[in-house]
Amino acid sequence: MRSTLATGLRLIGRRTINAVWRMGSATRFMGLVLMRSGMSFRRFQLTVDELHFAGVLSLIIIIVSGLFVGLVLGLQGYETLKRYGSAEAVGTLVALALVRELGPVVAALLFASRAGSAMTAELGIMKSSEQLSAMEMMAVDPFARVISPMFWGGFLSMPLLAAIFSVMGIFGGYLITVVIIGVDAGAFWSQMQSSVDLRDDILNGVIKSAVFGAAVTAIALFEGYDAPPTAEGVSHAVTRTVVTSALAVLALDFVLTAFMFTGV
Amino acid sequence: MQRTTLDLWVGIFVTAGVAALFVLALKVGNASSVSVSDGYRVIAEFDNIGGLKVRAPVKSAGVVVGRVEAIALDTRTFRANVALRIDKRYPFPKDSSASILTAGLLGEQYVGMDGGGDEQNLKDGDHIKITQSAIVLEKVIGQFLYGKAAETGTQRK
Repeated sequence: MRSTLATGLRLIGRRTINAVWRMGSATRFMGLVLMRSGMSFRRFQLTVDELHFAGVLSLIIIIVSGLFVGLVLGLQGYETLKRYGSAEAVGTLVALALVRELGPVVAALLFASRAGSAMTAELGIMKSSEQLSAMEMMAVDPFARVISPMFWGGFLSMPLLAAIFSVMGIFGGYLITVVIIGVDAGAFWSQMQSSVDLRDDILNGVIKSAVFGAAVTAIALFEGYDAPPTAEGVSHAVTRTVVTSALAVLALDFVLTAFMFTGV
Repeated sequence: MQRTTLDLWVGIFVTAGVAALFVLALKVGNASSVSVSDGYRVIAEFDNIGGLKVRAPVKSAGVVVGRVEAIALDTRTFRANVALRIDKRYPFPKDSSASILTAGLLGEQYVGMDGGGDEQNLKDGDHIKITQSAIVLEKVIGQFLYGKAAETGTQRK
């Protein structure tokens, strides 16, 4: 009885110590990435490459899913609001839902699975094939040359992707409710404009998406850098990236919403 | 991929993203409407403000002329002091009246201003004397029921 209790406690202790270790090394890792990011701006071409990798290649999935999310929101919103005789308010519904929540969150989830997983895999394989060590041997700092540009590319492209997602969603909502169903276009836009605020809604959405961008990219890079240098290790790291980023995005979203959209 | 095509695609991406932000700001949001940062502040006293909130619009003839800046209860008179920030492009006569109205049946509440006939205009810190409170639905229903009861009472006689 006493021995099983001791093993249980030891297990908890070991888990805790491991978690603290990992958190510490993740913090040190992010510190290094930020401290050595001078080169990403002096040789901006490196960051442009990562913008292409993280941003441009994610455009298709962002545009298509934004459009479909908008179409569904428009349709569902119309069906519900019609009962209360205020079908014109569907513009407000679509715009607020997208700008405040769905744009940043869904774009971040898509970004994590499209770009984050690829970043993890790339870094993990670079590490397992000892490319990172080879760089160090040639006195090239892998943090400055590879990892920081990846971070800044992901961080900069995420707000842009979220904005494109929101605009495509609003366009989708416009398409289904105004063009197909026949809600009055003037009321659709004017109701939207009178209730969406530049600072409270749009700026907060942009801040949210920037925070998500930083979180997803940081998780992806750390998981890649920390992956055991085996095929299995890299594949597990990719899975962990997607799962952890999704949880982090949703949890951060709750915290940010609680700070931004409550109170007087 | 060729360097120049890659740069081109990144350029397209960044331009599209920034354009999307501008669309959100101008077409979806209300950045183009007046923001009343410099204006004069007047205080209107109401018996009951209903569901009026800070930052609600102040309208005159349907035009947004300002915003509600602060709401407080005066504990001497037990009336609500509503501070209105009105755009300085719109001067109002001293005897203008303020009322709390509702946009539509279930809409947001806002302050409606009706211009008076005084020759002097409202200045910063002035009080609006003539006000009309928000309509509280329970009171209206109560009055209606009371009136109905009185009516049937007189009919029976």
